[in-house]
Formats: sequence, C-alpha cells, structure tokens
Amino acid sequence: MVDTILFIIFAIVAIVSGFNLVLQKQPIASALSLIGVMGSLAVLYLLLGAEFLAMAQMIVYGGAVMVLFVLVIMLLNAGREKSSAKSWFAQIAGLPLLLCLVALLGFLIRAILPPMRSVEFGSWVGGTAEHIGQLLFTTYLLPFEVISILILIAILGAVVLAQKELD
Amino acid sequence: MGHVPLSWYLVLSAILFALGVAGFVYRKSIITVFMSIELMLNAVNLSFVAFSYELRRIDGQIFSFFVMVVAAAEAAVGLAIILTIFKNRGTLQIDEVDSMKL
Repeated sequence: MVDTILFIIFAIVAIVSGFNLVLQKQPIASALSLIGVMGSLAVLYLLLGAEFLAMAQMIVYGGAVMVLFVLVIMLLNAGREKSSAKSWFAQIAGLPLLLCLVALLGFLIRAILPPMRSVEFGSWVGGTAEHIGQLLFTTYLLPFEVISILILIAILGAVVLAQKELD
Repeated sequence: MGHVPLSWYLVLSAILFALGVAGFVYRKSIITVFMSIELMLNAVNLSFVAFSYELRRIDGQIFSFFVMVVAAAEAAVGLAIILTIFKNRGTLQIDEVDSMKL
C-alpha cells in the first residue's frame, strides 16, 4: 500500500519535472527540473531495493553532474533561448511520432514481456554496497579498471578542451 | 490496491525516455539538449534497475553504475566543449553553430 502511494507520488514528480525540463525556456529552470527527476528516480531505486545506486544517484547525478551544469549556466550567463524556425516536418509530425514511440514501448512492455513479479518494498535488498562491491571487484574487475582510465581521459580532455582556441 | 506491478516502472522509464527524445529534438539551447541526453540516460538506468529486481540479480545495477560513471565523464567533456564553443562563437543557439552545414 505504502509502496504504491510512494511510487505514484514520485512517478508523477518525475514526469512533471520531465515535462518542465522540455517546456521551460530558461536553462536554469530546466536544470532544476532535472534535479527533480533525478531525486525522484533515487527514491524509485530505493523502492526497487537498490540502496547503493540510490545514494550514488543522489551524489553523482544530483550533486556532481548538476553542479557542473548549473556552474556552466552561471558562467555563460545563459538566458532565455531564442525560438527559431522549425522545419515543417518537425512541426507536423513531431508530436504524433513521439506519441507513437511511447505507445509502441508501452505495448511492447505489456504484450511481449512475460508476466513479471510486483514490486514489494523490502522483499529483496540486493543492491547494498557489499553486494555491489563484491561483484564489481570480481566479475566486473576489467570493466571497472577500463572505466577508471576513461575517467582519467575525460579529466584530461575537459582541461585541454576548455582552453582550446577554435578556427 | 496491492503492490506496484513492475511494468509500471518500465512504462515510466519509456515516458521519461520519450521526453528526453523530445527535448533533444526540439530545444535550441545547447545546454538544454545536453540535459535531455542526461534525462534519457536516467530513464534507461531505471529500466536496468527494474529488470535487476525482476531477475533477482544485481548485474543490472552494475551496468547502471557504469552508465552513471560514463554520464559523469560525458558531462565533464561536453560542458568543456560548450564552454569552448561559447568562447569562440559567442552563442549557445544550436542552429547558429552550423559551419559543417553544406
């Protein structure tokens, strides 16, 4: 009962924030709505028994990545975006095609996937830091090491790119 | 009014993904387009975690963790690129950065 209420509340928060992200003209308003989406997704992860991932979501996404976004918006003084001409195809077919995508995905989820269990909070807690760490440092050791090199390259790339002169 | 079916989570993930696609295609500010990409990555993460719950295996959560790390790296590099574009071109509108257009 409580999981249903929590799911509905946070799903609505996520969807409303997602719409707000797409519809707002100010980049800072979009950024704040994205924080709303990420926070409610963290709660949904907790409901699904992924404790470690919920915390990582709050710290990495809600903290680090969004601070980066807000900092860049502040640094560039990004104001209201100018609306410019859209192609006739996008104006006519954009929204119907998007609704088709959602309807198709919903249909596939309903029709093709086998019947799945329902989510009961606390019935399975598989995502504690212990479990994640165990799998990360045994089965997924090589991807873990590769991704640390990726992070290193990204740091170097960001430093080099941010002071590059084009043309 | 018992428990939440897992397919609701997947439908929520599909809706968020479609919103990300809409933002990516329709918005004209580079920063907002970039935020839409982050929204799509988050939506996919949600379905990874949902399937991980269904299968009672935490491999899905590990993939989701890797997606998160790649998204953080991508955000750092992408925002550096946005800074460079703004410094050199003086604009954040995506259709004013069109030197590769024929």
